[in-house]
Amino acid sequence: MFEPFRHWYEHRHEYAREWKSRTSGKVVGCFCTYEPEEILYAAELLPLRVYGSHQPSSVTEPHVFGMYCPWTRDVLAQGLLGKYTYLNGITISQSCLHFRQCFTSWQKHVPCEFSYYLPMPHGIQSPHGRKFFTEELKKFKQALEKWVGREITTGELHEGIEVMNENRRLLTQLYELRKAEDPPLTGQEALWVVASAQMTDKRDHNQALKELLPKLVDRKLDREPGVRLMLIGSENDDVEFMEMTETLGATFVVDENCVGTRYFWGEVDSERFEDPLEAIAARYLERPACPAKDWPELSRWPHIERLARDWRVQGAVLMQQKFCDPHELDMFTVKKRLEEMGIRTLFLEFDVTTPVGQFRTRVEAFLEMLRSEDLFAEELL
Amino acid sequence: MKTLTKYPIEPLSCWPKAKELRAKYYQDYATARERGGLRWTGGAWAFDAIPAGLGEDVHPLTGEPYGASIAHDRKFSLECMEAAERVGFARDLCSYMRNYWGSILLNKYAFGGEFPKPDFIWQSHICCSHAKWYQVASQLEGGIPMYCVDVSVGPYESLTEGKLEYLVAQMHDGIRWLEKTTGRTYDDEKLIDAVYNECRSTSLWAEICCLNKHTPAPLDEKTMYSLYVLATLQKSSKAVADFYEELRDEVRDRVQRGIGSAEYEQCRIITDTQPPWAFLDVFRYLQNTYGCVSIGSLYTFGLCGIFEVKEDDTWGPRTTPQQKGIQIKTRDEALRILADWNLSRPEWQHFYSHELKSAMLMRMVKEWKVDGVLLHYNRGCEGLSLGIAENKLALQKAGIPVTPFEGNMGDWRDFDRTRTLARVEAFMESLRVERIEPSMQGA
Repeated sequence: MFEPFRHWYEHRHEYAREWKSRTSGKVVGCFCTYEPEEILYAAELLPLRVYGSHQPSSVTEPHVFGMYCPWTRDVLAQGLLGKYTYLNGITISQSCLHFRQCFTSWQKHVPCEFSYYLPMPHGIQSPHGRKFFTEELKKFKQALEKWVGREITTGELHEGIEVMNENRRLLTQLYELRKAEDPPLTGQEALWVVASAQMTDKRDHNQALKELLPKLVDRKLDREPGVRLMLIGSENDDVEFMEMTETLGATFVVDENCVGTRYFWGEVDSERFEDPLEAIAARYLERPACPAKDWPELSRWPHIERLARDWRVQGAVLMQQKFCDPHELDMFTVKKRLEEMGIRTLFLEFDVTTPVGQFRTRVEAFLEMLRSEDLFAEELL
Repeated sequence: MKTLTKYPIEPLSCWPKAKELRAKYYQDYATARERGGLRWTGGAWAFDAIPAGLGEDVHPLTGEPYGASIAHDRKFSLECMEAAERVGFARDLCSYMRNYWGSILLNKYAFGGEFPKPDFIWQSHICCSHAKWYQVASQLEGGIPMYCVDVSVGPYESLTEGKLEYLVAQMHDGIRWLEKTTGRTYDDEKLIDAVYNECRSTSLWAEICCLNKHTPAPLDEKTMYSLYVLATLQKSSKAVADFYEELRDEVRDRVQRGIGSAEYEQCRIITDTQPPWAFLDVFRYLQNTYGCVSIGSLYTFGLCGIFEVKEDDTWGPRTTPQQKGIQIKTRDEALRILADWNLSRPEWQHFYSHELKSAMLMRMVKEWKVDGVLLHYNRGCEGLSLGIAENKLALQKAGIPVTPFEGNMGDWRDFDRTRTLARVEAFMESLRVERIEPSMQGA
């Protein structure tokens, strides 16, 4: 049932090469989740998020100081190792310092036809951010037009918006199913779906999702869901970790990270603004924020709180890429507030590779703790 | 036998005044409320000219120099960092920030007494830690009102009207926020004076740095640390601008009289970013043992110094609005000048590309006649270490001798003094700089 998504996830490079050969189109590598993919679709380009490989690599050592996050080093390694030679262009929408470094090193050492640093504001809570970002999106659109050699029409922008919005709607429907007492899919399966959305043409992905969703309505997993877990933190496409945790009597029912809900949550509302670029700008400014952009208020928190309540989360795994300062800064408050809600937390620091054995021991202990709380609660009743 | 040129040296006569200004700054902040004044905190890059419009009794505490002051005191710094770690903050976070938070958590002010709680937070944001630092600080203090200006609009070379307007609009909002938060009426005349002062002080500091192009260098970097810091404390204050005028005159006089910062100047180096504050003796060791003078860094020059490229394609102090005969008449004009001025700061450029930093380092090597570059792989600051490995590669490619050393500006636990000395000694050997022996010391 999830095979197409798993296949795309595991064979992302083959997919991209096949897409190029099928469409004669160009592929643009995206480094963060703030790139306005709508405009790339409008230009008939394929936006693909550049992921790491979870394999140790030393090729980035001469380029990146060791105190920078392993995820971005892993991503850069893919470029340096020639895994993404099919990319025609790369772009980043101003991200954390770590990703900027990864992007600028890629620009220098893995040159391609087109590269663009989009100065997206960090002040996403400022009322002036939308005007500034809309102007920058206009410049981005112009740069793309120059590259592809034609004008991007307003109609095409609306089509790009619809392709993206449809994917967001379908992914939201998928996540809604996970609210069930007995969710019809595991967290690992959900991860294959959402991660592959960022590696494929959304039109292919939408079609596959439309075929998948009806099949899930009556699906029953061959095991009890166990403890309902939420995954919170920075990037995660670690399917091995998800699988390991879910074999210990738990199910990830929802997430708040930038591969999952922070990527797809919230649609572009074309009705609100006459200019589609302004509508796109508003969506990216208003989506659940990356901690690097989340100030002065911690606007992430209401999103996390809502997900935790609505998906009836019993425990939260706080996972963070080592050296990710923005997440390290938020963890203090997120952990405190979750525990005030009665949701116990387990903090895990991730590197390029996952120490599954060590994590298993910690996850087991965490789950045992959660289960024993349930036991005592029943005894008291 | 090699005989070294011996340069005359003498102490700076304005040195005691620099110390006095710094001490007064920290005292003024602590005692502001006793005099009916207000206290605010924020970064060294915050637009301090703007709160100046609230009155002369409004005193700042800038976080980075405060964190560095703590770092210099190893015992207190350890207490602060451990306090921050105990409540759950990661050890790899900005070490200034951890020192600062520790000071709040311990309720101990580095200059005596309890930590003086600010009335409001006024910050700018270019590094991922900037706004978040004070988001946490506000929380630790039980909720301090906070305003932050996003300045991350890209390098100055690509500045557009829209980008400038983004900053200026936030600044206008900020003034309204300050009025609402403090209940005070804003005085545009005070803002305008502060903008003039900021342009004067930061251009003067750049001019002082440029005087170090001379051989012998009239100032060494360790001395500069005690001087540049005044601009990081309050660059818009008249006292700081006046002091830099006095300092510029004195340094210019030293150049004319051939006064050096060290008796022997066999070798000139630069560094790139913050030093390990608890180990500044490394600079004296290099100077005394090898006659190796660090004549500055992109950090000491460009953190607060504002430069421009002159007609001969060299760096010089940026021409101030007053030097151009510009009369600032309105709040909007003042804010536009302030935004444009700050966006040209050298240390803001390389947040967008390592290539911009490499180009600036290479410019310094050429114009300041530098023999080699020491790069501090600084575990305490991800912002200014951004792209440092690419900088190393670029300098090497350009044929410039370079050596990295690893440390931490504010967490002495991350610095290995013995290994660092071994590394810099090896660097001196590679530059063919010999230890100064008594037989080499000329008259």
